[in-house]
Amino acid sequence: MNKQWEYPYPEIDPDICKGCKLCVAACPKNVLVISSKLNSKGFHYSEYVGEGCIGCGNCFYVCPEPSAVTVYLRNYVEGEVS
Amino acid sequence: MAQKTVLRKPKGFMDVYKHKPGTEKDRTHYCPGCGHGILHKLIAEALEDFAVIDKTILISPVGCSVFAYYYFDTGNFQAAHGRAPAVGTAVSRANPDSIVISYQGDGDLAAIGGNNILQAANRGENMVVFFVNNAIYGMTGGQMAPTTLEGQKTTTTPYGRNPLSDGYPMQMCELLNQLTAPVYITRTSLHDMANIRKTRQAVRKAIRYASEKKGFSFVEVLSMCPSGWKMDAVRAQQWIKEKMIPRFPLMVLRDNAENTGPIERPVPVLDPEEVKKVLGYDTFETTGFKKRPGTMFRKVALRVAGFGGQGIMSTGIALANVGMKYGYNVSWLPSYGPEMRGGTANCSVKIQEDSIGAAECTEPNMVIAMNQPSLEKFEKLLVPDGILIYNSTLIDVEPSRKDIRVCPVPITGIADELGDTRVQSMVSVGAFAAVTGMFDPEEIKSLMPTLFAGKSEKVRKLNEEAVQKGYDHVKRNF
Ligand SMILES: Cc1ncc(C[n+]2csc(CCOP(=O)(O)OP(=O)(O)O)c2C)c(N)n1
Ligand code: SF4
Ligand code: SF4
Repeated sequence: MNKQWEYPYPEIDPDICKGCKLCVAACPKNVLVISSKLNSKGFHYSEYVGEGCIGCGNCFYVCPEPSAVTVYLRNYVEGEVS
Repeated sequence: MAQKTVLRKPKGFMDVYKHKPGTEKDRTHYCPGCGHGILHKLIAEALEDFAVIDKTILISPVGCSVFAYYYFDTGNFQAAHGRAPAVGTAVSRANPDSIVISYQGDGDLAAIGGNNILQAANRGENMVVFFVNNAIYGMTGGQMAPTTLEGQKTTTTPYGRNPLSDGYPMQMCELLNQLTAPVYITRTSLHDMANIRKTRQAVRKAIRYASEKKGFSFVEVLSMCPSGWKMDAVRAQQWIKEKMIPRFPLMVLRDNAENTGPIERPVPVLDPEEVKKVLGYDTFETTGFKKRPGTMFRKVALRVAGFGGQGIMSTGIALANVGMKYGYNVSWLPSYGPEMRGGTANCSVKIQEDSIGAAECTEPNMVIAMNQPSLEKFEKLLVPDGILIYNSTLIDVEPSRKDIRVCPVPITGIADELGDTRVQSMVSVGAFAAVTGMFDPEEIKSLMPTLFAGKSEKVRKLNEEAVQKGYDHVKRNF
């Protein structure tokens, strides 16, 4: 993997999300919100506000949809974990 | 294991759900907020982390998780309702090195499959059972399950579950904890992050135990069914906490793995010769008596019926044995039941050159009726032109059918003249030999040591005589 990132962040697939809000409730930093927009299935999907994620992984583990949430943890540079 | 840098869809899942019909091969069929998806993810993650995806076989139940096989990149079976532990047993026994997961809902496991789970647990099958307790039948629209709470409204308990008419919520962990064999029994919940993480630990522990062949693990997971409960997912988590947990306390009921070694099952005996030996058939030989191709009966489909105690089963067994000695294919199928206590008992016997399919004679070509009720019951089953031997000592009503051949033999009377009504059986064997022409009475007599192994010479002689008398009677009169 050659991707690198400075801060942890979640990636939510707006099309796969079913808008159940479990992740919103589980986020300790309240940085997930339900979008006012609908996805193609008619769900108001969950969105990351863009900053404040601490990489706890809660949204990943609480989300019932296998591929809706990906969380990039910590400050990751290829080959090393800090 | 190295620390993860990314949490993403675990490899325990299929990349694309190619077995799922329709176009949505990138998402599950579960309702928003359904606990099944969360547990699926924890399982799929553990399978990936332990690198055991390829040796895992998952048994899907009937219920909302019926399609688990769309999602898991493991070996998959889908079992009949409640039968996942039985299917899992077969899979585990046949593939002792595999990790077997039985994934079941509470309707599936605790209602229709209630006994299946108890028996598999009691045998300590090497498998993990994930038991999703959502207090309801989800798939069929929210009916009462065995785990439904007291007072809980469901579509089948519109006034709330009333223990007086509907019983109490069944606590499956506590029930299974009465058994000796299970190694790990725990109840966890998905109602908040701390408990999802505890569930994750339980999932991982159970899968690890299975890979170490520690035996039977049972992980009950309290799980949201927002659709069935008619509330949003977050409220459903709250409902678990407030309503379910008081009834289903979260705890590890048993964790004995420390003291348990890997299960080593006795090696099954599969060698036919070995099986024959244990059953005492290793010295069994056909007599070499010549079959008589010209006999009127190429295929015997016989029903022997009478009172319990009239030697009905013995007649059947004797004839089947005789047939086998002559190298025919034979079958013997007893029909017991309440009839053991009087009434009619009966058995089906087939003796034929060809191999035998069904052992039951639903359309017999021959009936031996030892009493009136048997005559009434089985005469009508005979095929046209079939033969009815009936015990004229005890039956004084003539058979009614005109399209069959009738052969009254005073079976009980002949036996009584010989001084022992227990030889009725052999009288009817003699009569059978005369009617079918399949065996010679002398040949049958030569088999007495087999048929009456362990009996005295006197008993054998008496039975030989009985065969002869039955035979002679038929020869003389028909
Ligand atoms: C032999 C049989 N009986 C009944 C049904 C109907 N049926 C399908 S799913 C189900 C209940 C499933 O409930 P549960 O095991 O709690 O799973 P959930 O759907 O809640 O996950 C029933 C009764 C069936 N499919 N087969
Ligand atoms: S938990 Fe998953 S499905 Fe539910 S809102 Fe969050 S991302 Fe969407
Ligand atoms: S009905 Fe309930 S158990 Fe079934 S998928 Fe929906 S939320 Fe899950």
